[in-house]
Amino acid sequence: MFTFVSRRLFYAAITLLIVSMAVYAIFALLPFDPAALTCGQHCNKIVIEANRHRLGYDKSIWDQYWLFLHGIFAGRNYGTGSIAFNCPAPALGYSYNENKCVTQMLADTLPITLNLAIGALILWLIIGVGLGIIAARFKGRWPDTASTIFVLLGTSLPVFVTGLFLLIWITIRWNIIPLNLSGYVSLFSNPFGYLQYFILPWITLAISFAALYTRFTRASILETLGEDYIRTARAKGLSEKKVLRIHTFRAALAPIVTMASLDFAGLIGGAILTETIFNLPGVGQLTLRSVYEFDLPVVVATTILAAGVVIIMNLIVDMFYAVLDPRVRL
Amino acid sequence: MPCLIQGLGCNSLENLLEIKDLRVSFPTDDGDVHAVDNLSLSLKAGETVAIVGESGSGKTVTSLSVMGLHNLRSAKLSGSILIADGDGTVDVVSDDQEKVRNLRGRVVSMIFQDPMSSLHPYFKIGNQLAEGYLVHNPGKKAEAKARAIEMLDLVGIPEPDKRVNDFPHQFSGGMRQRVMIAMALMNTPKILIADEPTTALDVTVQAQILTLMQKIQKEFNMGILLITHDLGVVAQVADRVSVMYAGNIVEQGSAEDIFYRPMAPYTVGLLQSVPKISYGKKERLISIGGQPPSLINLPSGCAFAPRCTYIKSAPAGSCDASLPNLTGVTAGHVSRCHIPEAQRPAIFAHNQERAN
Repeated sequence: MFTFVSRRLFYAAITLLIVSMAVYAIFALLPFDPAALTCGQHCNKIVIEANRHRLGYDKSIWDQYWLFLHGIFAGRNYGTGSIAFNCPAPALGYSYNENKCVTQMLADTLPITLNLAIGALILWLIIGVGLGIIAARFKGRWPDTASTIFVLLGTSLPVFVTGLFLLIWITIRWNIIPLNLSGYVSLFSNPFGYLQYFILPWITLAISFAALYTRFTRASILETLGEDYIRTARAKGLSEKKVLRIHTFRAALAPIVTMASLDFAGLIGGAILTETIFNLPGVGQLTLRSVYEFDLPVVVATTILAAGVVIIMNLIVDMFYAVLDPRVRL
Repeated sequence: MPCLIQGLGCNSLENLLEIKDLRVSFPTDDGDVHAVDNLSLSLKAGETVAIVGESGSGKTVTSLSVMGLHNLRSAKLSGSILIADGDGTVDVVSDDQEKVRNLRGRVVSMIFQDPMSSLHPYFKIGNQLAEGYLVHNPGKKAEAKARAIEMLDLVGIPEPDKRVNDFPHQFSGGMRQRVMIAMALMNTPKILIADEPTTALDVTVQAQILTLMQKIQKEFNMGILLITHDLGVVAQVADRVSVMYAGNIVEQGSAEDIFYRPMAPYTVGLLQSVPKISYGKKERLISIGGQPPSLINLPSGCAFAPRCTYIKSAPAGSCDASLPNLTGVTAGHVSRCHIPEAQRPAIFAHNQERAN
């Protein structure tokens, strides 16, 4: 197990390195002058060149990449004297537009996205897997049919429809949850405020994902129920409840964990629609804004973050499988 | 209780299992699939009864019916399957599901065709074995573990006390089938249903498994219902044989009757299709022409008639008109055919000479 984890961590690091290289290369190859992007319309050559030098864009692409990597571990200084700007490690770059370290910008936005994604994940797993189990258990009877209606609605309603619908009715018409709260509060300091802040985005995300998970869970359970070893379990005289709980779920839920981990990783990379509808200043909004504004260091950093989360989730899933399935003992 | 098959000399007290007029059909959008039609069978302690027939003849459906393992929402059963349990009997078809479940693994056990997929890949085999014991003896965990080791030892797994902690993927195919047998024996059942227990195994292992089953049968005085399409296996272990075709029993009798005095054209065809080691290079393998009928639209009359080579020997039109009854002149040997029984041996022998 230990060798497996360390080997996988090593591979994860290599993958991240390659991703960062690729992202860096893409932006280096784009027909933009990153130095020219740092000053607005009223700009002159001297300012551009000064910025170019200050931000290191006058160096070769390899040197720039090296400085980027070096900054992650050692922090980085931009410019000298009165215009000096220091980003402590792990420095992922400096956003000229916002005059902030990219790491700081991620640190501001990531908690919101994490809270959004974790809450939504829990909610959609409960709803999706729960309904899927019920649908499989009562296949062909009314609970199954009812779940199909939910699935149809959930998959065909895009996030911006459910989100706006919830916002208009729950917040504006019925005033159940007041609009425009004071902003993000942590769960521990103000649980009620936290819930008010996140509940609608959670529901919005959960509805669309839960629908998929209902279908997937149902299919996975029914497939597992057709396995020979389930027939063996029944032949032992086990009750149907035990057959389901002990023999079916463990095998049927494994692929769902894979799916959930990747969906979760995708949300960290940016639940752009949901964050925009509910005006949550998360990673998705940050990415969107930096793309609009050509704030390249931020785009590089959010891309690497998204890739990193996918890699980490994959690692976790692999370890989960090793625990679950003895055939993948490591 | 009346005797099921005239002349078999059966006695309800002796029989562990009595299937009477079993019909199983599966409603589909295209119509009902009549998988088993009017099947009657009995099994005594210490006896091996084989059900043979080609794929789709209803063998496995019959065995799953005895276990009560059909999904009652997709299968329609009628008739009765009586299983002796202590002093009483349970009818698998009509009795409460919970009662039937209580029989499974305790009075009737089953081993399946494919040992590679019949064991749960996630659980240690010791736990899988113990589970079967614990269902019927709740709470006796230590006893179950000891029993699991004992049974693994009995079926010839070396170092059973260590192997109980192994997972199924750490066993070979033959060993897994031994584990399946051990699992079936956990509660010392009176009836063992073996659904093609050797089909997925290679020939040397097949022989070992069959020998093991015979040894265990003696030890526990079990009745074995053996489902197979391998006539070699039947010849080796069966006392009595039922030959099935399209959901019907077409011939039933002692193994000797079936092999040496076959009375149904289908049985004759089956026996002729067994390759013989004396075949020369130029001889071709004999097969029964045609395809098994669709179980949704069974031919009216005898289901085998469209493939039967002896149809001209039967009274004109009789084969298309009705399904012949299961009748016989010798005790315990019954068959379905419109050709008068006295004429059959000669007709079959004549045809066989021509074939050769």
